[in-house]
Amino acid sequence: MIEMHDAAYGYGSDLVLSDLTLRLAPGSFHFLTGPSGSGKTTFLKLCYAELLPVRGQVTIFGNSADALNRDAVARARQRIGVVHQDCQFLDHLPLDENIALPLTVSRRASATRTQDLADLLTWVGLMPRAHAMPPELSGGERQRAALARAIITDPDLILADEPTGNVDWEMSIRLLRLLVELNRMGKTILIATHDLGLIRAAKQQVGARVLRLNRGRIEAAAAEL
Amino acid sequence: MSVFGDIFALMRGDPQADRVVPRSGQSVRLTVAVAGAMAFLAVFALALSVSAGRLADRWSDALALTSTIRLSAPPAEAPAQLATVMTILDQTPGIARTRVIGAEEQAALLEPWFGPDLPLGDLPVPQLIEIVETPEGYDDDGLRLRLAAEVPAAVLDDHTRWRRPLVAAAERLRLLGGLALALILGSTAAMVTLAAQASLASNQPVIRVLRLVGARDSYIARAFVRRFTLRAFTGALAGTGLGLGALLAIPDTGTAGAVLSDLGFRGQEWAMPLGVPLLAAVTAFWATRIAAFRTLRSLP
Repeated sequence: MIEMHDAAYGYGSDLVLSDLTLRLAPGSFHFLTGPSGSGKTTFLKLCYAELLPVRGQVTIFGNSADALNRDAVARARQRIGVVHQDCQFLDHLPLDENIALPLTVSRRASATRTQDLADLLTWVGLMPRAHAMPPELSGGERQRAALARAIITDPDLILADEPTGNVDWEMSIRLLRLLVELNRMGKTILIATHDLGLIRAAKQQVGARVLRLNRGRIEAAAAEL
Repeated sequence: MSVFGDIFALMRGDPQADRVVPRSGQSVRLTVAVAGAMAFLAVFALALSVSAGRLADRWSDALALTSTIRLSAPPAEAPAQLATVMTILDQTPGIARTRVIGAEEQAALLEPWFGPDLPLGDLPVPQLIEIVETPEGYDDDGLRLRLAAEVPAAVLDDHTRWRRPLVAAAERLRLLGGLALALILGSTAAMVTLAAQASLASNQPVIRVLRLVGARDSYIARAFVRRFTLRAFTGALAGTGLGLGALLAIPDTGTAGAVLSDLGFRGQEWAMPLGVPLLAAVTAFWATRIAAFRTLRSLP
């Protein structure tokens, strides 16, 4: 799904990430942890080709990220659901249209689109807020909405950047449950977080692999995790 | 992305895609207002160009094949000299017909300057003879020489002296009208480009989200192209309507101000200004398309 071979990213000679070699297999569940500023977001951006490696190779769905043109990147992103740290929405559209945005831009026609959207909103507990505007949503609602938007196209891979960063513990567990459920449906999940409690909670539910970013390099996390 | 795809998308419309770009913004009002103002000016430039062309054609056609002989002979000798001139004209190849301008017609020609009760018989008014030449024309130098030899009081005036500058001026005016039209189109394109660039710049967060969820650049560009094209068309339609109204409101000055009251369209020419909104839309389409792709390419 996503493979990295000795990939590195940085500005000039100053490398933020280096020696990245790993493979995200289909249906796997990964956590990426590390202190703030360790490059977790940058790592995720390499996974959905917002950034390109300065060295080595990143392969997305079998294609080298360097060789993807803009249209190919767009096609790849239609197979990747991204839950961004700051949950970017279009503030002039109501929540339901924001969640359906990946379908709108990919012009996917579906006879059951309205029902699918309603089911998804119910699943993430946002049905009563379907017509609310994004600025009216709480932090937890925004995170769940971002997750709903990320999965509406039934992507193969879900990348979540600090999905529980702005919510309380109860909401964190609720979001985690949603992600675990998606993984059981066969989706590949990669969650970047510095919340070790969340990782421990997840490991009780799913066989998650934990990667740690340390001084720009990936290493296996300590066994106690 | 294909141009035809863009045009098809424009014609078909896409309400959902149209909503992804915020509607508000100063560029909306700016585009509509400037397209309207430019269309208003374009209608006048077009009217000027068309009217000047019509004037040039009329002067050219009406005067090109005609010339006049002025015969200033003493009254006693006038009939004999007129007969000689007519004989010479009959013998000159390239002349289709001739006509002696009667006293009544000459009085009508002089009426604007001397009033209606002109005693033409008391004035030394020359006798005028109108010549209509064949398409091949006659040898004017030869005719002048013969008249000088046989009827010195007869002077050939082939109108060239004053016709050419008039026709040239009218042609130049037509050209200036066309140039003004081109400048208006260029300004419209520049304005739409600036407005589109401003809109793209202010909507960068929107573009970022759209890309994040898998939108192609062609999809994003189309949303802007569609919006600016329709705005320009709407503004230009209103401006054209106002321009046509203003042309119709020019008061009729009759024959005294023929050139002024001639500014405008005649018959089928009225269809021409209807092309102004379409031209504005096509200009906006290309200007926005180029600006959108250039901007999107420059964004990470």
